[in-house]
Amino acid sequence: MYDDKKLDGLKDSLRDYEAKVEKSIARFPERKEVFYTGSKEKVDRLYTPLDLEEDDFNEKIGFPGSYPYTRGVQPNMYRGRLWTMRMYAGFATAEESNKRYKYLVEQGSSGLSVAFDLPTQIGYDSDHALSEGEVGKVGVAIDSLADMEILFDGIPLDKVSTSMTINAPAAVLLAMYIAVAEKQGVEASKLRGTIQNDILKEYIARGTYIFPTEPSMRLITDIFEYCSEEVPLWNTISISGYHIREAGSTAAQEVGFTLSDGIAYVEAALKAGLDVDTFGPRLSFFFNAHNDLLEEVAKYRAARRLWAKIMKERFGAKDPKSMMMKFHTQTGGSTLTAQQTENNIVRVTIQTLAAVLGGTQSLHTNSKDEALALPTEESVMTALRTQQIVAHESGVTNTVDPLAGSYYIEAKTSEIEEAAMEYIKRIDEIGGAAKAIDEGYIQREIMDAAYNYQKDVEDGEAIVVGVNKYQIEEETPQNLLRVDPIVGENQKKKLRALKESRDQAAVDKALLELKKVAQSDENIMPAILAAVKTYASLGEITDVLREVFGEYKQAVIV
Amino acid sequence: MEKPIRVLVGKPGLDGHDRGAKVIARALRDAGMEVIYTGLRQTPEQIVQAAIQEDVDCVAVSILSGAHNTLLPKINQLLIDGDAADILFVAGGVIPEADIQFLKDNGVKAVFTPGTPTTVSIDFIKENVKR
Repeated sequence: MYDDKKLDGLKDSLRDYEAKVEKSIARFPERKEVFYTGSKEKVDRLYTPLDLEEDDFNEKIGFPGSYPYTRGVQPNMYRGRLWTMRMYAGFATAEESNKRYKYLVEQGSSGLSVAFDLPTQIGYDSDHALSEGEVGKVGVAIDSLADMEILFDGIPLDKVSTSMTINAPAAVLLAMYIAVAEKQGVEASKLRGTIQNDILKEYIARGTYIFPTEPSMRLITDIFEYCSEEVPLWNTISISGYHIREAGSTAAQEVGFTLSDGIAYVEAALKAGLDVDTFGPRLSFFFNAHNDLLEEVAKYRAARRLWAKIMKERFGAKDPKSMMMKFHTQTGGSTLTAQQTENNIVRVTIQTLAAVLGGTQSLHTNSKDEALALPTEESVMTALRTQQIVAHESGVTNTVDPLAGSYYIEAKTSEIEEAAMEYIKRIDEIGGAAKAIDEGYIQREIMDAAYNYQKDVEDGEAIVVGVNKYQIEEETPQNLLRVDPIVGENQKKKLRALKESRDQAAVDKALLELKKVAQSDENIMPAILAAVKTYASLGEITDVLREVFGEYKQAVIV
Repeated sequence: MEKPIRVLVGKPGLDGHDRGAKVIARALRDAGMEVIYTGLRQTPEQIVQAAIQEDVDCVAVSILSGAHNTLLPKINQLLIDGDAADILFVAGGVIPEADIQFLKDNGVKAVFTPGTPTTVSIDFIKENVKR
C-alpha cells in the first residue's frame, strides 16, 4: 500500500522510537505487561504503515459500495440515509405492545421490531402446560391471527418495516403478517421487514428450537423460495452472531461462527435448487456491539469483507447485492450491569458509536435497566435518544467509514478476518455448521471463552466498573416494569373464545392439508398461510409439524 | 477423603439463556463439586425428579425469563412433597430485588443476581449444604 523506499526509512524511525520507549518503560513501567482487547487479543503499543505493508488498497479497503465492501454497502452511507433506528419491543398482550409501537413511532423510531414471548417462539399456545408463568413475559403472546391483527392495528404495513425475532415457527408468524397486510389491503409484494429465521444459532446459543436440523433447514429454504416470488422485499433470514456473542464468544468467533451458519444456509438453498442470486440479496445479518470500540468497528468491517469474498469466490454469486452484507446491530445485553444502572447509558453510547462507525444498517440500543427487567418506557426513550444524539450531534455520520486508514483499525480488521476464516475452515473440516453443532464443537469453543472471561472478571484482570471496581452501596432500583400475571389468564380466555367462534371444519381441513404438504416435498408456505387464515392457532399448526418432523434433542455441553 | 458435594444445575422454564448456568456449572466443578447440568427447558417436576434420583446436596437453578415467581415455588413444593426438603435450593438470574423475599419465603435459600462472583455462590453452597 506504501512506497517501499519510504517504508525502509520508517523501519529506522520505528527502531528509534522503540529504543526510546524501552528506556522510559525501564523507569516507569506501563500499567500492564500485556494489553488486551475485550476479546482477549493482544494489542501492540503502536501501529504504523509497516503493519499494512502487504496490503493492497483496492483488495483490502477499496471504496464504499464496491467489492469487497469493507467500507460499507452504500456508496455514501449515512450522508444519504441514516440507519434504521429499530427498537426491539413487545410484552404482555398484543394490545399493550401495539401501544408501545405507536409510542416508538411517535418518538421517531423508524422501524418496528417485535419481541415474542417464549411460548410463541417455541410454538406453544398460551394454554399449554409449559407456557405457565411465561406468557407475555419476554415479549408479546401471539396465539393466532386474531392477536396479530390487534398487534398491528392502526399501523400501516405498507409504510413501516417490521423485524420479527422469530425462528423455529418463523413461517407461521410470517404467514400471519402477510394475512394481516392482506386485510389492510396491502399486497405481500409491498411488505418490507425481516424474520430472524436462523435456527442454527438457536441450537448453538439461544435455545428456541423446535424441530430437528433437516426439516428446520427445509422450512428455511421454503421461505427463501416463497418470498423470492411473493414477498420480494422481505429479508428472509437474519443470520445472527448476536446471541453467539451474548453466550460469551469472542469477536472473531462471532464472525467465524455466524458466517459458517450463513454458509450452511446458502448450501441448503443451493441443494434445494435455488439460484444463489435469487436468495443471496435477501440474506441479512445481525451482530452484537460490545464495549471495545475499535475492536468492534474492525469486526464489522472484517465480517463484510469476508462475506463478500465467500459469496463471490465460494458460491460464484454474480449480483453485487448477493455479496453485500447488510446487518442489524444490537448493543450487548450481557455488558449491562445490575449495579449503578445509570452507567449502562454510557456503555450503550460507546456501543452505538461502534455500530455506526462499523456501518450498520439498523440498530437497537438497550435500555439501562435491562440487567434487571424489561425496560420501562422512560428508559427506552433514553436508549433511542442515544442513537439520535450520535446521529445528529456527534458528527461521525458526516463522512463514510471515518476510521478507515487507521493503522490499528486496518490491522485489526485483517486480524479478525483471518481468525474468523480459521474457524470457518475448522468447521468445514468437521463437515459444516450443523455437524459442528451436533458434535458440540461450537458450543464448547464459546463456553471456553465465556468461562475465561468470567475468571478474568473475578481475578480483576478485566475491569467492570461498578461490579469489580468502584462499587458503592446503593438503593434497590425502583420503577421496574412488571408484567401483570393476569396476562396469562386473559390470553387463555381469549384463545378459548376464539376456538369457540371460528369455523372448526375449515381449521381441521387446513391442518390436514398442511400435514400432507409437510410430508411431501412441496413448498410449505401456501399451506401454512391457508391454515393461519382459518384462525388455526400457532400451537395447532406447530403440533402438526411436530408430528411430521419430530423434535430436536439438544446435546448438553458444559 | 470427604465425599464431594453434588449439585444439580437446572434450567427451569422456556428461556434458552444458559451462559450463566454453564459458567456456574464449570465453576462449581472447578471448586471440586460433582455437577449435573440438566440442559434447557426443564419442568419443575423433571428438575426435582433428577435431583432425587441423582441424590444431590444442592439444586441450583438459573432463570432469566421472568417466570421465577411461578416456577421456583413449585420446585420447592415438589422437593417437600418428595421428602427432599433437606436439599439446598438456590437460584440465579435476572430476578428483581422486589421478588427475592417472596422467593425466600418459598424455600429458595439464596438468590444470586447478575454480577455475583462465582466464588460467592460456591462459598454459600459449601457453608449451607446439609450433610
